[in-house]
Amino acid sequence: MVVPACIRRWAPGTGLTLFSFLALFLLWCLLAYSGTVKELFLPRPHKVLLSFGEMHREGILWQYTWDSTYRVMVGWAMAVVMAVPLGMLIATSRRGAALFQPLMEFARYLPVVALVPLTLLYFGIGDLQKFMVIFLGTFFQLVLMVADTTANVPRDLSRAAATLGANQAQIYRLVLIPGALPGIMDDLRITIGWAWTYLVVAELVAANSGLGYMILRAQRFLAIERIFAGLIIIGLLGLATDWLFKWLTRVSVPWSEKVGT
Amino acid sequence: MIKLRLDKLGKVFGSGPNAVEALQDIAIDVREGEFAVVVGPSGCGKSTLLNIVAGLEEGTTGQALINGRRIQGPGADRGMVFQSYTLFPWLTVRKNVEFGLRIKGLPSAERKRIARRYLKLVGLEEFDHALPKSLSGGMKQRTAIARVLANSPDMLLMDEPFGALDAQTRLQLQDLLLDVWRKERATVLFITHDIDEAILLADTIHIMSRRPGRIIKSIPVAIPRPRDHRTTLFPEFTAIKKDIMEMLWAELR
Repeated sequence: MVVPACIRRWAPGTGLTLFSFLALFLLWCLLAYSGTVKELFLPRPHKVLLSFGEMHREGILWQYTWDSTYRVMVGWAMAVVMAVPLGMLIATSRRGAALFQPLMEFARYLPVVALVPLTLLYFGIGDLQKFMVIFLGTFFQLVLMVADTTANVPRDLSRAAATLGANQAQIYRLVLIPGALPGIMDDLRITIGWAWTYLVVAELVAANSGLGYMILRAQRFLAIERIFAGLIIIGLLGLATDWLFKWLTRVSVPWSEKVGT
Repeated sequence: MIKLRLDKLGKVFGSGPNAVEALQDIAIDVREGEFAVVVGPSGCGKSTLLNIVAGLEEGTTGQALINGRRIQGPGADRGMVFQSYTLFPWLTVRKNVEFGLRIKGLPSAERKRIARRYLKLVGLEEFDHALPKSLSGGMKQRTAIARVLANSPDMLLMDEPFGALDAQTRLQLQDLLLDVWRKERATVLFITHDIDEAILLADTIHIMSRRPGRIIKSIPVAIPRPRDHRTTLFPEFTAIKKDIMEMLWAELR
């Protein structure tokens, strides 16, 4: 049998990956079906599966998944659009660093959870408030990560460009931006994971749709299989996002040492 | 004609009690077409010297003149090859060589023609589409040399460009540089701590002291060209080496 090259290349890693998920699943089955853990605490796998069907019939499965994804995307995109230029400014300008860096370092230590009441007060209970919670949770960190990433572009690359005749604007455009791109892709991948965390925080407090809201409501009704279903959906979305970013990195920065020869 | 003149050049880093004097009263003239080498122990400030000529740093006292004009900031007229690998990893070998030409705004066909020529000169014409990550250290430095030469600078500045390479590759690249220099007749200011390398390449060797860096002596190397690595076995080579080593030993004691 002829195995396509892409499958052969993926095979060894993929096998182990599948094994890790399967092992976790089997452990779950073992603990749930043997009755070692009471059903109140650990739902039986087939019940979780059934609850997916139930939610689908209620029309909330796709609706809530989409609502949450939308909130994560918008809130996170707002943070990215502002954090990437600001981070690069901090890394490349002494004045920019003096002006913004301590401010960002101060703000990033404010626990987002503690800011949630303020966001409710300022932005109400609509989507804007969800965006803001996600924004506050990711923006300040992302600024500092991008600043660090940009500062790690070897100084000699900029110097070489200068001795080849590049001015400051050209060094920015032709050296710093492409040079920082692989690292920035990593920063984005990491912060979008956090965005999901803060989304659930936002939805637990005040929402009438979304996966966080569903998990909270399921808790009130002790519908533990729905809590698990919600967690599984969030986990799978996170996994898919990670793969998307890894693929994007391969496509956008094929020259990076990280991508492999 | 004098291409580069360093006149009583001094450099102090920091100020007050923490001030460190890196360079003191440096006086060097480099003629047009001359291969000048500065040799000295590590930490003597020779890289600082080169950075000042490149315009990446400023001297504290004295002056640095290129073609009689004060050096102000970096520019395409003084191309530099660094000890670290400085190819842009996102550009192919040819696009790297074209970098300076692109900044000058040359049309693409012209850029390509020039890049081809210099890649051939350094023996990498087969690799124009390769990415830097697939090149060996020696190939990276050859590309860096082609990239600087393609820009046709007034002066070539080299900061221990072969310092990170293994011994065999270094010998190969020294021969290559001699060959390229013979064909291109560039004015070169080359920094090294390797005495053999200095004698092999130089028209004039400027020997630097330990920090604060001063020029102890400037000696002409009269060994006829063309030279290559076999030159290192000539008796006149050994004689010069002995002189330099004695000077440097006296300095290190």
